[in-house]
Amino acid sequence: MTSELVDYALVSVALLGIGIYGLAVKRNFIRMLFAVEIIINAANLNLVAFARFLPDSSGQTLALFSIAIAAAEVAVGLSLIIVAYRMYQNVDIADFRSLKG
Amino acid sequence: MADAVFLGLTVITIGSAIAALELRSLIYGSIALMGTLGGIAGFFLLLDAPFVALFQIAVYVGSIAVLILFTVMLVKRELIFKKIEDRRRKFAGIGLMLVTMMSLGAIFLESGIKDITTDEPAVDFRDIGADFVTYYWPALIAMALILAGSVTGALVLARREDVENDQRAS
Repeated sequence: MTSELVDYALVSVALLGIGIYGLAVKRNFIRMLFAVEIIINAANLNLVAFARFLPDSSGQTLALFSIAIAAAEVAVGLSLIIVAYRMYQNVDIADFRSLKG
Repeated sequence: MADAVFLGLTVITIGSAIAALELRSLIYGSIALMGTLGGIAGFFLLLDAPFVALFQIAVYVGSIAVLILFTVMLVKRELIFKKIEDRRRKFAGIGLMLVTMMSLGAIFLESGIKDITTDEPAVDFRDIGADFVTYYWPALIAMALILAGSVTGALVLARREDVENDQRAS
């Protein structure tokens, strides 16, 4: 293993930047979910990288928990997309502004 | 050798992350997202964490990406190929991305992280299993309940009440 911890940290910073760009610019609900997934993966990469370089198993354990919670979040997010699409026939979040019942 | 693999994985991961956000078609975008998630799994393998890598492949590439693909298929055809974004915010978004990358990157490069290296052997994945059933067992049970609750919540949310059981949801 020749790559250093800082290399992994920089890759994760790049992924975080791309995710922030997606959240700021995109108005498509599904694309915003992609951006959230990319940010969560950047965090997981950091967790596992730090766990490898300070040899300690708790970082990997936390990454496993994080992956499982992300799965739950995606399930709820996708069902929200389906409900919103059924109500507005669109996936543009600019159309979702009315909270009227 | 490891450096070449690392560089290749970096290109795949970051390139497909950009493609996932920028490709016109949402279907190709979600396939590109699979590339990002698979690239992260490759990084986990490089970091000697095969258990997390397989978990990542099973949960992210195997289920979340497929779930996203199916949701995309439920959306109208013209919405899949339409790019919905704020043109005015595009430059602001790129600026925000560059500021984040440069500031956090500068902090990382200036900090002591650069000097951290290790010669110690990797963590054995059996330790993770032991952690799960000893120290972290309440968290494991809470996570199982959260997962069950979220899946039930998703089912309840997506259910249609205006359709009778014997009717087709069209």
